[in-house]
Amino acid sequence: MFGLNKKDGTLFLIVIAMTLLAPFIFNPFPTDSAMAQFNAGYPDLLQRFVIFGIFAIGFNILFGLTGYLSFGHAAFLGVGSYAAVWIFKLFTYNVVPAIIFAVIVAAIFSVLIGFISLRRSGIYFSILTLAFAQMSFALAYSVLSNPRFNLTNGETGLQVYDADPQMFHHEGLPGMPHLFGLPMRATHEMTLGGWAFNFNVGYYFSGLFMLLAFYLAIRIFRSPFGMMLRAIKSNNTRMTYTGLNAKPYTLAAFVVSGMYAGLAGGLLAAMDPLAGAERMFWTASGEVVLMTILGGAGTLIGPVLGAGLIKYMENIVSKINDNVLHQWFSFMPDGLEDVMVTLIHPFVGKGWNLTLGMIFVLVVIFLPGGLVEGGQRIARLFRGKKAREAEKSTQSNPAE
Amino acid sequence: MDSFILQILNGLDKGSAYALIALGLTLIFGTLGVVNFAHGALFMIGAFCAVTLQRLLSISHTVIDETQKDFLGNPLKVEQPYVIDWFGPEIGNGLIEWSVPLAVIFAIPVMVGVGYAMERGLIKHFYNRPHADQILVTFGLAIVLQEIIKYFFGANPIPTPAPDALNGVVNFGAALGLEVTYPLWRIVYFCFAAVIIGAIFAFLQFTTFGMVVRAGMADRETVGLLGINIDRRFTIMFGIAAAVAGLAGVMYTPINSPNYHMGMDFLVLSFVVVVVGGMGSLPGAVLAGFMLGILESFASTTWATTTIPGINQVIIYLVAIIVLLTRPRGLMGRKGVMED
Repeated sequence: MFGLNKKDGTLFLIVIAMTLLAPFIFNPFPTDSAMAQFNAGYPDLLQRFVIFGIFAIGFNILFGLTGYLSFGHAAFLGVGSYAAVWIFKLFTYNVVPAIIFAVIVAAIFSVLIGFISLRRSGIYFSILTLAFAQMSFALAYSVLSNPRFNLTNGETGLQVYDADPQMFHHEGLPGMPHLFGLPMRATHEMTLGGWAFNFNVGYYFSGLFMLLAFYLAIRIFRSPFGMMLRAIKSNNTRMTYTGLNAKPYTLAAFVVSGMYAGLAGGLLAAMDPLAGAERMFWTASGEVVLMTILGGAGTLIGPVLGAGLIKYMENIVSKINDNVLHQWFSFMPDGLEDVMVTLIHPFVGKGWNLTLGMIFVLVVIFLPGGLVEGGQRIARLFRGKKAREAEKSTQSNPAE
Repeated sequence: MDSFILQILNGLDKGSAYALIALGLTLIFGTLGVVNFAHGALFMIGAFCAVTLQRLLSISHTVIDETQKDFLGNPLKVEQPYVIDWFGPEIGNGLIEWSVPLAVIFAIPVMVGVGYAMERGLIKHFYNRPHADQILVTFGLAIVLQEIIKYFFGANPIPTPAPDALNGVVNFGAALGLEVTYPLWRIVYFCFAAVIIGAIFAFLQFTTFGMVVRAGMADRETVGLLGINIDRRFTIMFGIAAAVAGLAGVMYTPINSPNYHMGMDFLVLSFVVVVVGGMGSLPGAVLAGFMLGILESFASTTWATTTIPGINQVIIYLVAIIVLLTRPRGLMGRKGVMED
């Protein structure tokens, strides 16, 4: 199906189903129950899931396949956002040209940066990309926002003002990003018993792109091109000795992942027509690294899982405060309740970053394959000894 | 001429922070071969050693001062630090005022301990893993350390003033008949950095321990075969590198009030410094640190910023990119380091 083998086809179908049904899946608790704060089914968060999913899928094409660890991928996301907002400002609120332009600009940027950074590998590559991203951040934050030549609007962030030309905007079109007249913010709410489900245009629009991105990623992973990238990761020297120039391949991977990031940036701007320099800051680049590793670098579904998990934690764990904790442990005797709350307090609410950092360290130490490897290990436990032995005998060991 | 000297001075004090952090990074990289993304966090922990010591010294209790009255006419209650009880007002106040320089003594054992624990507890297990994994685990560790500090000290910068005696400005060019006034503490910072850097080099150059370490940096296996426990020495070097970063942080507090993410801000630049200087080259790290500091300060002059707007923000990165493309091993990099 779609030119995928059975296993990938099933995975893709599952992802399609998950994406389509996400407003249900992430909304398991009735609206007025105590657990409602764990619901993630609201449009804003769902949009983030898929958009950062796209970002992480793209990053994984570079890092997961070639092993080049870029610490500056957020630059492309930021560039994409700025490009999209400029289309909104100059031409129209329609998201299609904005997103196309965002991807093109990000591609040009990644060709430039990739061409220079890929001259080095390993840690040098990481630091070069980091330097480029920080430079882009500095440029966007202060340099390109001087009165004479205001490209980024500095700290305020680039946004659409009434005075902007918007050449193709006319009466009857919504005054916000839209898809041929259908506003991105339009939400259909469905009440079903105690549950309220939101179906948001923006979410399904981005979700469609995520599916497209995911499909493309599967095809890249299974293509000869993807095989070549893996070969570069496992032994670049040997590739060179066989007379093959690896650079065009890595550059192509870099540009593809830059375009993914640009697409994610364009979508972010389409959901909310605002682009700020902080999207390019190096912590944002670090975040996508976290997502990919946490989910499982080099796997298909891992980055999406990682992106979802981190965005979920960012939004949900950071909302848990002491009152909520007291509510949870109210069944315990008083003293014990306070002890529990004090123990958990540093890890939730404002401290969610601590939880994130610890999970990340633990994953890198014990589970280098991320959540996907964790899942596989658990599955292997259940499958029993026989299956394990069968697997061992079919496994081929790569020659060093 | 005046402003020229002023810019050099400006560059020297920023450059000394870069040089100190980059020196520590290079020590760790050169000995253990680990790229330490948590080094900025060590710098930050050092700065918070100064904050902690200041707070410890200021722990106080309430006493009733009979000589003063509050607005109701009752005897005034004042907070009196315990150190004043113990040593009398003169020494006590002096101790509190000099808490930042004193924190240097306090920070050394703390930082060596932190570094030792970090190396034995975590980084040791990553020697045989790819560089990407080392980057990732130290990056995660940096987040954790940063958040722990944030939990205890809050997210706002904490002002930690230098002692009054070192707080003023000096006219540097008086002897030459020039008018160059400069904050005294920054001069102190530079001298401090110079002493530390000198001490590290002397330690490596003139002691037996240093000689073994240098031999280990050149060829770890052979040194091990000679029956020397090189791992132990490298662990100690990690502790020393952590202490260098920490001391840089302690002394930096009066220049910039410490907050929990100061380490990360410095780390990115320090990496650039290390790469420009040449991975694994100690003199390179120091040279590049001062060079980039001075370059940045010259790029911040009004003349430069009006000619090319924003040049001060990007100059370091631009230079790094140019250096890496023209001299891929950095200014003083050795052959065969990180070239697998």
